[in-house]
Amino acid sequence: MESYDSFNELQRDVIREIGNIGAGNAATALAGILNNKVSITVPQLQIIDVGEIVSVLGGPEREVVGVLVNMTDDVEGMLLYILDDEFVEMVTELLLGEPFDNYRSINEIGLSALKEISNILSGSYINALSSMTNLDIRLSAPEIAIDMVGAILNYPAAQFGEMGDKLLLIEEDFISGGNSVKSHMLIMPDLESLTLILNRLGVK
Amino acid sequence: MGERIIVGISDQKIASNPDVLVSYALGSCVGICIYDNVMRIAGLAHILLPDSANRQDNINVYKYADTAIERLIISMERKGCVRYRLTAKISGGANMFSSIGKSVGEKNIEAVKKELVRLRIRMIAEDTGGNFGRTLEFNSVSGMLLVKSIQRGNVII
Repeated sequence: MESYDSFNELQRDVIREIGNIGAGNAATALAGILNNKVSITVPQLQIIDVGEIVSVLGGPEREVVGVLVNMTDDVEGMLLYILDDEFVEMVTELLLGEPFDNYRSINEIGLSALKEISNILSGSYINALSSMTNLDIRLSAPEIAIDMVGAILNYPAAQFGEMGDKLLLIEEDFISGGNSVKSHMLIMPDLESLTLILNRLGVK
Repeated sequence: MGERIIVGISDQKIASNPDVLVSYALGSCVGICIYDNVMRIAGLAHILLPDSANRQDNINVYKYADTAIERLIISMERKGCVRYRLTAKISGGANMFSSIGKSVGEKNIEAVKKELVRLRIRMIAEDTGGNFGRTLEFNSVSGMLLVKSIQRGNVII
């Protein structure tokens, strides 16, 4: 594996399947804390150019919440969630019963709620990956930045700048009542870890 | 009003009176703004990483501080700019997530300053560091650099 560009169809299918299992885990876990108010659609998996991600997410200056989780042990790399204001509004209203005005109005409790959701989502995906590959993957506590999406994406771009300009993006719809909001997650194991994962899955 | 010329990541552009160079949403990236106040020519390089050493053979020279700035200076000289008149303003190099050890942003700032010294370009202003993103607008008429930020508001250097 030289870069994320070089996935073949079989490898994409396997990764998509891990995504499906992860989303199933996540929906179950979220149903627990949100009193069954949220469902999650089948995730869309894309291998996408760093520059393109910015336009998918609404342009470089769009203000978003970025939640960063590092992976260590058998797999090194990071997960980055990009959550927009609609997502934050849904989570804070469902989880805390508080209305959401804008990012400035998010307090410590709101930030904790977002971190907790990110913990649940990343745990769900990584457990799926971990059990299918039999690899130990430890996740760090989430860190949050609220700023321009382009600036937040500098972080993974700089860390992974040497392995080509493609990243793995998982997009999901969270549905609650009549509303549907999107979350975006970038999964970035380093290339050595990616090769190890694909080996373990038998799709090298 | 001049045209707005967009400079992407790992990219660089040159503008002359009355155009404006714009680079969006720099986090740990650094924007190097070079100006010749006689020619009224402005150049902006937007680098992602400090150092091109130990990279593969066919690197993107615009991505690294140690290769991009010299390239920009040479392009500006070809347009009639004179080295001793050139001045630099730099911005960006933030640390968006707290990191262990020296952040990419800090390394970028250091590498840019070192390279400016090596190329004998005077740095006359900087707005760097912090934990917030910045959009740059570099005016070729005045050499003024507008730094916009959601968190901190706007400053002109």
